[in-house]
Formats: sequence, C-alpha cells, structure tokens
Amino acid sequence: MIKKIKQGAFYGSIGLLAFLVMISLLSIMGYILFNGVGHINLEFLTKEPRSMGREGGIFSVIIGTLILTLFSVLIATPIGVAAAIFFTEYSAGKKWVGPIRFFTEILAGIPSIIFGLFGFAFFVIFLGLGWSILSGGLTLAIMILPTLIRATEESLKTVPMSYREGSLSLGATKLQTITRVIIPSCLPGILTGIILGVGRAIGETAAVMLTAGSNLRMPTSLLDSTRTMSVHLYTLASEGISLEKTFATASLLIIIVLIINTAANAITSKYIIKS
Amino acid sequence: MENASTKFEIDKLNLFYGSFQALIDIDMTIYTNKITALIGPSGCGKSTFIRTLNRMNDLILGVKTTGLVKFDEMDIYAVDYDVINLRKKVGMVFQKPNPFPKTIFENIVYGPKVHGEKNRDKLQEIVEKTLKEVALWEEVKDRLHKPALGLSGGQQQRLCIARCLAVEPEVILMDEPTSALDPVATSKIESLLEELVEKYTIVIVTHNMQQAGRVSDYTSFFLSGKVLETDKTEIIFSNPTNKKTEEYITGRFG
Repeated sequence: MIKKIKQGAFYGSIGLLAFLVMISLLSIMGYILFNGVGHINLEFLTKEPRSMGREGGIFSVIIGTLILTLFSVLIATPIGVAAAIFFTEYSAGKKWVGPIRFFTEILAGIPSIIFGLFGFAFFVIFLGLGWSILSGGLTLAIMILPTLIRATEESLKTVPMSYREGSLSLGATKLQTITRVIIPSCLPGILTGIILGVGRAIGETAAVMLTAGSNLRMPTSLLDSTRTMSVHLYTLASEGISLEKTFATASLLIIIVLIINTAANAITSKYIIKS
Repeated sequence: MENASTKFEIDKLNLFYGSFQALIDIDMTIYTNKITALIGPSGCGKSTFIRTLNRMNDLILGVKTTGLVKFDEMDIYAVDYDVINLRKKVGMVFQKPNPFPKTIFENIVYGPKVHGEKNRDKLQEIVEKTLKEVALWEEVKDRLHKPALGLSGGQQQRLCIARCLAVEPEVILMDEPTSALDPVATSKIESLLEELVEKYTIVIVTHNMQQAGRVSDYTSFFLSGKVLETDKTEIIFSNPTNKKTEEYITGRFG
C-alpha cells in the first residue's frame, strides 16, 4: 500500500514538473508570438528598414541572418565532421587526442563573447576583413565547431563495430568504409549537430555585433557588414526604437528556427525510413 | 592425409594481445574445397586464429603476430602484401549477422561496387545469382529494395553469406555463423555449407560438436591458444589421439 502511494506521489510530482516546464515554454513562445505575429506582414518581410528600423521591414536583416548562418555552417560542417572522424576513426591509441578532446569540450562551454573578442581582434583587425559577413561567419563557425564535433563524434561512436568489420572483410578500404557505411549510418547525428550549430549561430548577438557589425543595408558581398535578426532585436529593444518591430522580429526568429528544425527532422526521418 | 591441394599453410603462428599470448605455435594446413572446423572451449583462441587468416586482427590495437601464414604460397603478413586483395579472396561471415543498414540489394552489391563494378545489369545479375546460391532468392525477390534489417536473423545471416559470395572469394571464414540462430535457420545454413564447399574453401569456428561432426571434413581442436590435434573429422570424433580432445568431444569439460 505504502509502495503504491510512493509510486503515485513520485509519478504525480514528476508529472507536475514536466507540466510546469511545458507551461513556461509555451507561455514565453505564446507571449512573443501573440505580441509579434500581428505585426508581421508583407511589408515587414519584403521591405528594407527605414529610420533605424522604426519604419519599413527587415528584409535585409532576414537575408543577412540567413547568409551569415549558412556561411558559418558551410564552413564549420566539413571541418567539424572531418575532425570528429579523425578523432574516432584514425586516432585510436594516440596520446595527444585526449587533451585535444578536452579542449574541444571546454570550447563548447566558453561564453560566446570570448569568441566575439577573438573574431574582432583576429579577423576584423589583424586580417583586416573589417566588420563583415566573412569575419562574422568565420567567428560563428569557430564557435559552433565544438558542438558539431561532439554531436558527430557521439553518433560515430554508436556505429557498431560489426559494420566496420563487415565492410573491411569484403575488401573495402578504410576510406570506403567511412564514406559508404559509417557516415551514411550516422547522418542523423551529424544533422543534429548542424541544427544545434544553426541554433547557436542564429541566436548569437554579442559576437556577431563585434565581428559582422550592424549595417542595416542589404549586403552585396561577403565583405559587407550586415545585421542579423538577433542583433536587430537587441538594438530595437535596448534603444527603445519600436516595441512592435521588436516583437515582430522575435516572432519571425522563432518561426524561422521552427522551420529549420522541422525541415531537418523531416529529412532525418525520411532518411531513416529509407535505410 | 589425402592428396588435396592446400589453401592456407600456417607455420609456427604466435599472436599476442599486448603481453598476453593468445595463440601459441600454431601449425595447420587448410585444404582447398574442404570444410575445416575449429572447435574448442571459449577463449581457446579459435576466433582469434580465424581472424588471422584475413588479417581482421589488424583492427585491434596492440596485436602482434609472428610466424608464417601462407595463402596460395604467399606470406600474408609480409610487409608489402596487399591486404585488400587478401580480403577480397578470403571472405568472412560473422557470429552475429551484420548486414549494413541499407537495402537487401545494396548490401549484396556493396562488395562489387567497392571493387569498381558499376554496370547496373551486372550488379542485378550478381544479386540474383548470390541470393539463389544461399537459397534466399525466393524469400526476398519481391523486396530487394527494402531494408535488410527487416529480415529475420537466419535470413540476415544468409544475406551476409550472399554478400560475401558477391565478391567471388576463394575462401569463406565463418566465425560461429549459427550461434545466434534458431535450429531451423541453423540447419538451412548447414545444408548450404555442403553446397558451397563444391566451389569454396570453408573454415568454420563452432561451439556445436554435432555441427562440426556433421559438416566438416577436417577438425582442429584448440585449447588454451594451442592446437592439440588436427585430423579428418571422422578420426577426431571416433578415435582422437589426444586424451583432452576426447574429453572435450564427449562433453567432460568445455
């Protein structure tokens, strides 16, 4: 009897906690969307900002955000996946891998402003790239690398040894085994890493301001400064420019992240069903 | 012994995992188009031994091998020996069926594709031929493009054998291929062995004495990293020279 009450109490309390988490998340999302979605209209989506963003839309900001994020992910993904493959497949028994992996983990936890400072000092000033998509994208790429490496490594580790053995026993080379068996079977994990990276990059504010600047005009080259939605959001709110546009920007940011996540999930599950 | 040609000639093979010696002075001959069974209690080194024949032990860190393993008169542990080519000629079937998470079709053509075969018709032909060889064709011909992991354990293991045959090996190494299967699937694979041996040389590790007795031509008895006795299977099972062999076969230890 007492066991049953304990069970019930435990079930009840974790249920309540889960409910609280859900409620707080949903109310944050709901509050922002409720205040913002009404202000998203065709003009907001397709026109460039006027008078510091008080008027007009945020088209150039949306484009800047997408380009900067895409650029950083395109740079970080091949490097991150390659590094993870090197760590798990090619460095067995090598002593220096331990420290490198340790530093990678530390990097994943370092505040983004540190990366911003580095990007500012190195890309913007030292390499003379100025405030630009290039500087910002490279900085963000470095910032999301640890996450990407970790996620890829974790998924590589879940690939059973028997797949490797099966492939090698058929006379495949190690490279063929990696590209034809190992990577395909951990693609969902790599994709998760990319999504986490996108999430981190798209939401980044401080490091982006320091490296990509906050130019409101439509960027025409990678050397142009641009403003991302997070930076725009921060500027609108902190300078009290327009509350309506702030909420609209925030809502759109949430929607874009939702779309990216849903799309990635759809790709993953489609891929899993296929294999 | 009868005058058969030899596929593998093993001479004073020793193998170390770090400081632990897993194989001690193994001498053995493996005859072409015969089934050689390796028996012995767990941990006696038979799995380690079979993995020296296609150099699968290379994957394990800290393994050191000394002695001679000759395949078709060539020392496979020679520095300039082509391991890829060896594994193409010496296929392997593992204890647990290990199809790739791909379709049935893609599993079979994996080997041929890796070795450069691109012709779609040729690949199709290979799939049909090998699946028929392992008596799986009728069961799966309508779902070649469905995931291989959807097959039953016994079907998966026959698929793995077909995948191995698709590379046209000369030797098939089998490391307890039926230990994860039910009796029906096991007997299917055993009768398959009898057909395969017409064309291939087979080495099989087994824990199942009856299986060794039923299917093999030669049997080697392993104990604590040594080969205690190798002979024709009927001799090993009826009149073994070594007392330990007799004790193991009659089930007094192991």
